[in-house]
Order: sequence, then C-alpha cells, then structure tokens
Amino acid sequence: MIGTSVYLNGKLLGFHQKPLELVDAIKRKRRKGDMPTDLNVCYYHDLDEVYINTDAGRTRRPLIVVEEGKPKLTKEHIKQIEKDEMTWQDIMEQGPVEYLDAEEEEMSFIAIKEEELTPEHTHMEIHPCLILGAVSGVAPMPDHNSSPRVTMASAMLKQSLGIYQSNFQERMDTQSHLLHYAQKPIAITAQAKIIGVHKRPAGQNVVIAIMPFDGYNMEDAIILNKSSIERGLMRSTFYRTYNAEEVRYPGGQKDRFELPNPEIQGYRGEDAYTYLGEDGICIPECEIKGGDVLVGRTSPPRFLEEVGELSMMEEKRRENSTTMRHREKGTIDSVMVTEAPTGNKLVKVRVRSPKIPEIGDKFASRHGQKGVVGLIVPQHDMPFTEYGVSPDLIMNPHAVPSRMTIGHILEVIGGKANSLRGTEMDATAFEHIDYEGFKKVLEERGFKSDGREILYNGKTGERIEAEIFTGVIYYQKLKHLVSNKIHARSRGPVQILTRQPTEGRAREGGLRFGEMERDTLIGHGASMLLLERLLKESDLVTELVCEKCGSIGVNDLIRKKVYCPICNSTKVDPVEMSYAFKLLLDEMMACGIRPKLVLEDKA
Amino acid sequence: MTDKKQLLAKYKELPKKILNEIEKNTKELGLRETKKILDNVLKEFKNNKIMPGEAVGTIAAQSIGEPGTQMTMRTFHYAGVAELAVPQGLPRFIEIVDLRRKPKMPLMEIHLNQSIKEDKQKVVDFAEQIEDIPMVEFADVEEDFHEKVVRVTFKEETLVEHGTTLDNAIKKTEKEVRRKAKTTEGNQMIFKPGFTTLASLRRFTERILMTKLCGLKDINKAVVLEEPDGTGYYIKTDGSNLKEILKLKEVDTSRTTTNDIREIYDILGIEAVRSAIIKEAKEVLDTQGLKVNPRHVMLVADVMTYSGTVKPIGRQGVSGSKSSVLARAAFEETVKHLHTASIKGHVDNLTGITENIIVGQPVPIGTGLITLGMKE
Repeated sequence: MIGTSVYLNGKLLGFHQKPLELVDAIKRKRRKGDMPTDLNVCYYHDLDEVYINTDAGRTRRPLIVVEEGKPKLTKEHIKQIEKDEMTWQDIMEQGPVEYLDAEEEEMSFIAIKEEELTPEHTHMEIHPCLILGAVSGVAPMPDHNSSPRVTMASAMLKQSLGIYQSNFQERMDTQSHLLHYAQKPIAITAQAKIIGVHKRPAGQNVVIAIMPFDGYNMEDAIILNKSSIERGLMRSTFYRTYNAEEVRYPGGQKDRFELPNPEIQGYRGEDAYTYLGEDGICIPECEIKGGDVLVGRTSPPRFLEEVGELSMMEEKRRENSTTMRHREKGTIDSVMVTEAPTGNKLVKVRVRSPKIPEIGDKFASRHGQKGVVGLIVPQHDMPFTEYGVSPDLIMNPHAVPSRMTIGHILEVIGGKANSLRGTEMDATAFEHIDYEGFKKVLEERGFKSDGREILYNGKTGERIEAEIFTGVIYYQKLKHLVSNKIHARSRGPVQILTRQPTEGRAREGGLRFGEMERDTLIGHGASMLLLERLLKESDLVTELVCEKCGSIGVNDLIRKKVYCPICNSTKVDPVEMSYAFKLLLDEMMACGIRPKLVLEDKA
Repeated sequence: MTDKKQLLAKYKELPKKILNEIEKNTKELGLRETKKILDNVLKEFKNNKIMPGEAVGTIAAQSIGEPGTQMTMRTFHYAGVAELAVPQGLPRFIEIVDLRRKPKMPLMEIHLNQSIKEDKQKVVDFAEQIEDIPMVEFADVEEDFHEKVVRVTFKEETLVEHGTTLDNAIKKTEKEVRRKAKTTEGNQMIFKPGFTTLASLRRFTERILMTKLCGLKDINKAVVLEEPDGTGYYIKTDGSNLKEILKLKEVDTSRTTTNDIREIYDILGIEAVRSAIIKEAKEVLDTQGLKVNPRHVMLVADVMTYSGTVKPIGRQGVSGSKSSVLARAAFEETVKHLHTASIKGHVDNLTGITENIIVGQPVPIGTGLITLGMKE
C-alpha cells in the first residue's frame, strides 16, 4: 500500500496514509504562523492526491476563517485595528483571515453572510463585493446592471479625464489630460473609498434629464447645456510634450540648437521661428500653432562628400527643427532642458491647449452608458423645471431598456435625493440601496417620489406633456476628443517613392480607396469613376513614350528637345499613366527585365 | 392549331424550353391571349438578360464572398443514425473551390435499382457487403512470441453477417500472406512463419491484419436511409469509391454520386464535374442558410470547367492561367510570372481589368467598354 501521493509545487514529494489529517495539520500550522501564509493545500478526493503550492502566480483572495460555525475574526480584532494596534499583517499571521488560492477554495465551504453560517462552513466572505477587482469595484451598483455594461463601465473608467496625478505640473507626459473642477461622486463604493479615487476624481456630478431632444440625441448622443459649459462644465486641458535631442553623429559632428540661418537648406521662413529665443528654444506662454518651430535645430549634412568641397566645412548644415503638430494649437506650458540617457542635450517642451466640450466629444456615466455630444443648446432653449432648473445634460430614454442599466436610474434618483440632503450615497456592490429612503427625502423636499418632474419647453415655454425623469448623476469626460481625431483632405502631401497620397492623420493623409472598394466600382461598371479615384486623384503622370523602342522618353528643357534616351528617336508621345506603373517599369529594368510599351491610337 | 405554331415560331428570341412550356400551358387559350402572354414573357426575358459589359464575375465573387464572411467555422454533427462528421461551411466550400484531391470526409450516396431498393432487408444486406471491414472485426489475431507463432481465431457469425464464409476467409488470409497455415482447426488458424526476430513476426501479423475479407476499398461505413420521396431505401457511405460501386449490378448508376469532385471528373467527365460543383457548393450555402443566387455558383463552376479540364480557383488554376502577365503578377508569384514573361517575350494586350488598373487606363467593363468613334 503506497497511499496518497503528495505534491509540492507540482513535484511528487512522497506518500501519506491519512491525507485529510495531513491537510488539516498543514492548515493548522499555517494559521498558527508555523508555516508561511502564502502556502496553500488541497486534497483531491477523486484523484486521491494532495497538492501543496507555494510558488508564484496563483491568484489568491482573503477570507475569514470559520470554526464550528463561528468566525475567528472577532469584534476585539476590529477594535484593535481601529485603534491602530493591529495591522493586516498581524491578522494574517494570527490566523483569523487567510488567503486561499483557486485550488484550496475548491475544497472550502464559504458562507457569504454571517447569518447563514453553519458548523460545516470553513470560511466566510469578508464582503461579497470583493469578487470585484480594483477597477470594477469603483463602478457604482454593478449588481444592478447587466454584465456587459459593467465591463464597459470598468473599461471607460480608465479612459476618463480627471486629475491623474497630483504632481502633474512637474511631469512631462507625452500626452495627458487634466479635467477642470473635478468633483467627487455622490454615489461612492466602499472600494473607491479604500483606493481613494475620489481624492483624484475623474468626472463631475451633472443634472440630467432623460428625454428626447429634437432628435439630436438619437443613437446614444447626448445634449449639453451651453451655459453649463460656459460655467466650466467638463472643461479640460490637453498637454502634449515634444522632445528634441542634440544628436551626436559618427565623425564628431553633432546637431545644434540654434536660430537657423536663413541660408540653410530647408529654412522654414522667418514666421516659423517667431517664438524662439536666442538659444533656439521657444519661450513659455507663447501662443503657437501647427507648423511653428518649438526647438530650432540644425544638423550636419547627410552625406560626407558634400563637406569637402573647397574647404566649405560645415557650411551646408540642414534644418531639422522640432515643430508643432499640424492643425494643433496651444500655449507653451513649460520647457525643460536636461540630458538624454545618451548624454546629449535634451529639450522637452510641454504645450497646453484648452479643450472645451464640443459636438463629438465622448462622455459616459459609470454604468456603461456612453455617448458623444450631439448638440450644445443655450440654457434659454433648454427645458426647465418649475423651480427654473435646467439640466446640464440630456440623455435619450432609448438608451436604457435594452441595456438594462438599472444602476444608472438608481444613481440618478439617489443622486437627486442625496444632493438635496447633502449626503453621500453608498453604492457598493451587493449592499442594500435605500430606495425607500430616497423616495422619502424627495417627498419631504416637495419633489415627486419617483424622480419625475414637470418640465417646460425652453423654446416655446409650453409644458412638456410627459413628466421627465430628472436627477443628479456622475458623468465622465472620456479621452476621445474630436479635436484630436478630426481629419479631412482634399489636396495634400504625397509619398516620394510612389507619388501617391500619404497615409494617416499625422501626415495629413488621404483615406485609402482599397481593394474591396475598387471591386465595388468594378461591380457597378463605373469605369470612369474608378479611373478618377485610382489615377486622377492619386498618382497621375504624363510620361513620354518612344514609338520606336517603347521606353520612357526624356524632355530636355534646356535644349528644348524631346527624345528617347535609348534609341535617340525623337518620335515620343505623351502618355497618361500612374506613377506607380512607371515605377514598376523602372524596377523591372533594375531586375534585368526590359519592358516595352506598344502605342496604339485610341479608337 | 397551325396558327398558334406560326405565332410561336415568330418569337425567335425566346429559348425553345420556354416556348415549349408556353405551348403546353396555353392549350385552352385563344390566339390573342397567347400573343399577350408571349409579349409579356418576351419583355420579362429581355429585362432579365445580363447587359453587355456587366461585371458578372466580380458580382458573383462578391455575392458568394459577402455571405461567406458570415459563415462560421462551426461544424454540425449528423444527428442520430448517420453519425458522420462532415466538414461544413467555409472549410467545405474551400475544399470544393480548391478541388482538393481527397475531401476531409468523402461521402457517397448509392441509389439502387428498382429490383432491391424497396426491400429494406436486401438493401441492408447489400450495404453490409460493400462495407470495407478491417480484419480485426472478424478475427482475434494473437502473437505468441515465445512459440513464434500467430493464432488467428475467426468469429463465424460476423463473417456470415457480411456475406462471407469461414472457408473463404481462411483462403483469403492464406493468399494475402502467401503462406499456408501450419494447422487449421475449426475457426482457428495457426501460422508458424519461421521468423526468428520479434520485429519480423510483428510485420507478419500486420500483413495478416491487412487482409480484406469483404467489401470495397475505402467504404468505411455504409448506412441505410429512406429515400426522401418514400420510394424505398438508399445507402450513404463514409468513404468513396465510385469506380467500384458503379460496377455493381444493383446500383442505379444514373443517380449514385460522391462528394469527391476529383473522382467524379476522373470517372464521369467534365459535364458531371460541372454539375457536381454546382450541387456541392449550393448544398454548403443552403445548409448554412445563406441565400445566394445559384447563377453565381454556376458561373464559378463554368469558369472552373470551360476549358475541358477542371481547374481550381487560385494560382494553380483559374487565376494562374489568365492571359495577362500583369494580372498574374499582381495576384501571386510575381517574380515568377515577370521572369518567364521576359524570357519568352510575352505581350500583354491589356484586355482585362487588373492590367488596365495597373497601367492607369479605363477598365473595359461597364462604361469603360463603350467608346465613341467618328467617321472619317
């Protein structure tokens, strides 16, 4: 008889005759502090194997140990903690709380509440909301929302603008946002309090009305009150940091920060250098726009051959300044001069630009209810209540039923009641929401208990027939701002190699008319439109083609003569083609293939 | 009556099939009504004709491709009787279009002659006869490494079930290993091949296990099913061997088929392949619940077969045999096509679409097909 196999960190350690007693003994020792607290044991009945794990990478969570139906964490412990006489570490070492991994949890019987404890239970949950992590735990009332919306809310919390760090003034982040007048939410969860998110809040409490508004809040769009925006609602600042380094090149040459000489190769014109100081670095608090130079820099020539001519050493430097991004504008916030890890001189320039909410900016509540601004309405056109209150934000009621975000509704009504009472609202997951209490508060202050109010049309002054659900809810401004995304092009830069339009917003590029789009035009037989998209609006060139040998001809502008460089024939005709095709011909020739074009009159 | 014949003869644009149908269905009608019908039919017929310059291929590709992207990789399993897992959806469609030599799950539908199809028992017997059953099912083959002998013990019932006898089995086994058994007692044969090494003895056993006692090669499983029109029974098989099956006299050769398209081409020829491609592709689309006009599928089948041999879609077939160098180079194996073209001095006449897009000319389709000339 061999007995039960015992594994330590996946390796067979030996055999034991009484596995349950072994497991029990290990647990007792761990709780007494004789064994490490990060050790977990598990006995598999079906396999008759004991697993002991002490290695890294196991997800573990704390639970209160229960013995004979009584939790081992007592009131005394809690009192001691409150008096700072005990720490979490002490509690763990003394045994009333222990961390279980997935395997040990599998053989434990865990009670959720103290009331349901029986002698069979081995552990008790500290609080059911602890199944949520650091991010999802911050979202209010997730137990009242559908799971996809909770996921989205957790994802969007991370995109919300707020005060991301208290030392933001000293930081040189490549990109960062800062929300003005950030507020602490009325509905706060226990985890949020522990983590302290409300100390660096990311959002504002807004007065919301849930109603349609002339169709401008269809498809999850939201309406903002222009006057609220003018009072500073959801305003933020966008910071972007530009870097410039004085790079050293092999051969002892290096870049130089300076005001470039007008004779230099690639000089951008006097206007571009307006904001530079004598050292070639821009001056703080200057208002600058796209294309302006932030750090003037000149570099040595690319090819060494160019240097040697007639002792004109270093004369042929080229302009290599760092400029503001196209179509962006702002104020130079701060300039920092340091040293790069390579030892070179490094300049960091932080530019700030105000971002006032505009049509297309993205906002979201903490219930996965996201939307972009569809319209900004002056206060005098907004609906108002009998007290003269007009909402900051109008959301469409269609956003609610199919998403099942009851939490959103509860936050509106809870926010209303608690702001009237001047209190905070506990929105921890699986905690009781005092809906009846909210109703009472509202009724006491002369509101309808269901949160609905009579609203008047701001434009006509007529009473709106339906009663509109209004209240206060915490809204977040998300980092997707239209002004950082908007992009269009008619004419613009082209690539050097192919002469086709560039790609991407940063390069002022075009939108790709791809293969599948091409197929649709072929499918419609729209031949001429296809030609326009693919050739005329792209890389059309007129090249000369030799009638005799079919190669590309040359136009000698000095001698005013067109001829074929291969066979010297002057019979060359202009032919329209795509530059990419001309490039293909050239590349084929480089491969040793001689392509010939045969010309023919068009019918 | 002759008047009607004359009237019908006037509509030369209409195909014979349609004219015949009209003739059949207008027997009770007078001349005037028939003429009205014919005019309407002609109008509809003209309306439904494809215009010159329509991008038929592109539209077919898009019409199959768009719902194709919605096809999932999920595979249904045949419920109940058949228990055959057939690749469905996109994988199967790719199989058809690529003309894979062996489909993942070759299947046959064997229809039978009037003589036996109505008698279920006879059909079941027939199915058992064609099933290719491995030796292990019929006999226990034991190696005795100590004595260096191999014992084969046949199960007589199983043999009879599949239409053979013990004698036959013994004879066939001996023939397969080209050796007489040392002793044959009842249903047990003992071979003593006289090998000294264990490896050679094992090889000998494997030879015994290769013995084919009954059935046709590759027919792994045959299931009897009822004809959907209730006229009897037919057989569905896992595995395909069209050539051998068609030789059997019980088989209705006009309806028996396989899903192995290459096999159909080898045995039944090009027209059969065309209809097989259409049938199989349509079946995939139908079972996935995709509504694709069959004409698109037919066009694909036509393109694959018009040359007289089947060609897969892709660089080995249709796309690889385009006449234009530029179009082929644009698709796959660019360097190969450009180099052979330069070696052989190929000329691209710029008749296709891809070529003209490359050089930057209007594509010869739709609006680009029509040019305006002027009289000198």
